Amino acid sequence: MANRSSQQGLFFRIHIDLTLLLALLALIAAGQVILYSAGGENIALMQRQWIRLGVAFAVMLAIAQISPDTMRRWSPVLFIFGTIMLIAVLLVGTKALGARRWLDLGLFRFQPSEMMKLAVPMMIAWFLSAGNIPPGNRRIFAALAILIVPVLLIAKQPDLGTSLLVSSAGLFVIFMSGVSWRLILGFIIAGISFTVPMWLFLMRDYQRQRVLTMLNPESDPLGSGYHIIQSKIAIGSGGSFGKGWLNGTQSHLEFLPERHTDFIFSVFAEEFGFSGVLILLTLYMFIIFRGIYITTHAHGTYARLLGASVILTFLIYIFVNIGMVSGILPVVGVPLPLVSYGGTSIVTLMAGFGILMAIHTHRKLLAH
Amino acid sequence: MAAKQLIKDHFIELRIFQHRSIVAIVFTIVLFGILAARLFYLQITNHDHFTTLSQNNRVSVQAIPPTRGLIYDRNGIILAENLPSYTLQIIPEQTRDIDKLIEELATLIEIRDVDIKKFKKEVKRKRRFEGVPLRFRLTDEEVAIISVNLHRLPGVEIQAQLTRYYPYGRETSHVVGYVGRINEKELKTLPVTNYSGTNHTGKLGIEKSYEALLHGQVGYQKVETNVRGRVLRVLERSNPTPGDDLYLNLDINLQKVAAEAFEGKRGALVAIDPQNGHILAMLSMPDYDANLFVNGIDSKTYKALNTSWERPLYNRTLLGSYPPGSTTKPFFTLAGLELNVIAPDHEIFCPGYYQLKGKSHKYRDWKKWGHGKTDITKSIVESCDVFYYDLAFQLGIDRMHDFMSNFGFGQRSGIDILGERSGLMPSREWKKRVHNQVWFPGETVIAGIGQGYVLVTPLQLALATATLANGGKLYQPQLVHSIKRKSDPIPRLVSPQLVREIKVNRPSNWKLVYHAMTEVIHGRRGTARRLNKPGMRYKIAGKTGTAQVFSVAQDASYKEKDLEERLKDHALFMAFAPVANPRIAIAVVVENGGHGGSVAAPIAGKVIEAYLSQFSDEELKAPRTKAAQTKQKSSASKKPSANKEPSAHKQPVINKAIPSIQQTHNNTALFLNEPEYQSHKNLIQAHQIKEYAHG
Repeated sequence: MANRSSQQGLFFRIHIDLTLLLALLALIAAGQVILYSAGGENIALMQRQWIRLGVAFAVMLAIAQISPDTMRRWSPVLFIFGTIMLIAVLLVGTKALGARRWLDLGLFRFQPSEMMKLAVPMMIAWFLSAGNIPPGNRRIFAALAILIVPVLLIAKQPDLGTSLLVSSAGLFVIFMSGVSWRLILGFIIAGISFTVPMWLFLMRDYQRQRVLTMLNPESDPLGSGYHIIQSKIAIGSGGSFGKGWLNGTQSHLEFLPERHTDFIFSVFAEEFGFSGVLILLTLYMFIIFRGIYITTHAHGTYARLLGASVILTFLIYIFVNIGMVSGILPVVGVPLPLVSYGGTSIVTLMAGFGILMAIHTHRKLLAH
Repeated sequence: MAAKQLIKDHFIELRIFQHRSIVAIVFTIVLFGILAARLFYLQITNHDHFTTLSQNNRVSVQAIPPTRGLIYDRNGIILAENLPSYTLQIIPEQTRDIDKLIEELATLIEIRDVDIKKFKKEVKRKRRFEGVPLRFRLTDEEVAIISVNLHRLPGVEIQAQLTRYYPYGRETSHVVGYVGRINEKELKTLPVTNYSGTNHTGKLGIEKSYEALLHGQVGYQKVETNVRGRVLRVLERSNPTPGDDLYLNLDINLQKVAAEAFEGKRGALVAIDPQNGHILAMLSMPDYDANLFVNGIDSKTYKALNTSWERPLYNRTLLGSYPPGSTTKPFFTLAGLELNVIAPDHEIFCPGYYQLKGKSHKYRDWKKWGHGKTDITKSIVESCDVFYYDLAFQLGIDRMHDFMSNFGFGQRSGIDILGERSGLMPSREWKKRVHNQVWFPGETVIAGIGQGYVLVTPLQLALATATLANGGKLYQPQLVHSIKRKSDPIPRLVSPQLVREIKVNRPSNWKLVYHAMTEVIHGRRGTARRLNKPGMRYKIAGKTGTAQVFSVAQDASYKEKDLEERLKDHALFMAFAPVANPRIAIAVVVENGGHGGSVAAPIAGKVIEAYLSQFSDEELKAPRTKAAQTKQKSSASKKPSANKEPSAHKQPVINKAIPSIQQTHNNTALFLNEPEYQSHKNLIQAHQIKEYAHG
């Protein structure tokens, strides 16, 4: 007991939540195992991912040292900087695969939309925590106005997945601030009436196509429905216990596209089956519950709102990704958090966990 | 005030937040519940369905083509084999710039524009990861050059495959034929399953006619493939059954001798073993290299072959229909004798022309001033036309047709390769049916010297000669001697097919004809006497022929030298040997060759000599007859070519009738053995000497 608390104390001093850290490490370990298989046993690919993980951990550790109060003070600056960057991306961004998402800064490529996943909830939490809780209607609409600007800018790139995550991050802050259920109901109705013009004017053809083929993937088996059909075959053929590690035929025989990025869950489900899937989901759920535990024990409105938003956005990540690969949501390009191959999302996610750790470990300072 | 407000808010806020946290937990559980339910539905409820789909995705069945059977000649020399040949191919997926790569390759090895054109056409059809051949049949040196430079030629691959190769591609081009890439028309007729992995099929000759045996049975392998169809692993395999090997009756050495003898000439040669119908040699000239066709001939070469006036692609042995000319004379003689139209001592006077009663038209003999008194032997030896005009007139076309049909004239021989023509032996019924005209007596007259409507293929002439030589047994000509299945320890023989046996009324009639034919070579006036050489171990019986390519106007004569090469007469020769025990029957046609005796006969002589050289003296003598057992020393004419006659044709020699041959032995042994021949010979020489003495 003493030993544990002293250890807790050691990690506490460097602003690390050991429970969350161990859960994250377990998840990343599972992610590495399946990435090895999904990436075609490519060591070079693994090594690139390790570098990203190293960077991500460093970022997490660094952010954990910042007190939530400092974060709060810097939130508007970060938000304004990020919004300017988003405008810059639309004007001078680097185009790749039909989307303009990156700013080429010479040394490295910077993706402002990724940063906005944290900057937006920080800004809204800053805005709402400055006033009364629960906020009045005027503040809520003002918060929504703050939210809609970056979301539209990101959707314009176009990056449907990120704009979805950014908007849910913002909405979670508003939700957690205690907005009345009546208003939420009103928003849902408004949201539906907003979807229609968005469908008609904002969404690109390929995005509409994605939604349509999601509803009936068999309609275009070789074209846009191919991803979902092959993914469902991979998951379904996994059965109760899976085909075994490295034995997933759908992935190893390259039937499954994007198998080491967005569709990595299908590989996992194929090779480890439903039992493996349940373990993975349990691990994710544990992390989320730990996050919620941290936020309920957080000191200060800003910290609570931000922490809850970060952890619930993590939930949305998981739900959208697994929902899309299993064919209940459209394919919108959201990675499986901490498992999918890819740099920026992993850094952002770990930065989010850095915030949670900061919230958790800076309490005593706040209390005094 | 402000501080109070803040503390108050803090409690409300905390309560609200805790409520919302509970909502968030419920929300989390609900979302995870949805996911778990969805995954349960996919992985547990519908597991079987998706497993099936996944299996179908990855397992595919591939055909393994069988190895094509080999073709050997009668001595086991290989005529068609499968050689590993090196093919240079490019995998488009692994290259950056194909054009640049080809340019670079062209600096190392020879790459023709045709290769590039074909390559580009095929690239479009194939999948990106499949190798597309650019060059076939690399030499060892080329393989070495490419191998050394392989590291800087990404996407280039050298592949060893089995390619059909014909070591005697020229000599066997028409008989063995060749394989070629399957075309669209063949795709429709070939069995789909069995050819699923095969690219080549027999196009001609043995390769085509024995396709079903040579091809073999396809094998299968179940393989795991990836999304682009690339094979990753073999799951199950059933081996193909290789095609059967064929042993031919053909003797490639004989074929080579024939081809050499034919050098620079056009025509055909067929040699048959009279004892069983085995085809010993079968040559159509000019020939071409069959290997050109195996991997696709380029259009330029093909056009040159196809449009050449010499028509090298035309198989003259089966398709060439020639007027047989005088080579029919021994058959008509036999017809006259056996049908009792003429007696063995029949004799006519030849004034150089023949006239039908009450008609002024003169049917001319080749010899303007005539042969004078002509008996059967002289009519054959000197090839007197008038004798046969008269004989034909007496026989009538229908009897001629019926008798000749027995020897296979005007009928397909049934040889075991496809595409032979039937030739033509006319009759009244035929003319009525085809031309809807009545038969004219004049047509009978010219049919008597193998002109007019009469047409034979070289194969038919050889077959008829073989049938005459063996005493009337018509065997179906066979190219394939035996078939060896890979699983069998020894080859299965193809037994000779006796089609019919011609009824022999009097063996002496046949012997008389044999004798006369022997005199064609060994007699002093024989039209093919240049074949008679001192010290020959055997006697040859034969008949020359000259077939008119166009008809000469009445009362006009023509000089060969004035004629264009293509309008010159065809030279024909048919023969069998040894006379005492025929082992080879041969027919030779030299297109526009002029005289049969001077052009066609020497070719036949060389082939006969080459073939008979393998037999012992004993084997060349008559078998199982009393006469053969009596040790009679061969008294082959000592000085036959000593006489300096310029040409037999220009010597008017009148022979007296020879008395009918005495039957000294068994009827069943029809062969004219040495003592018999000698007795005939002495008689004739006695006559001739008498003539000279009187002359």
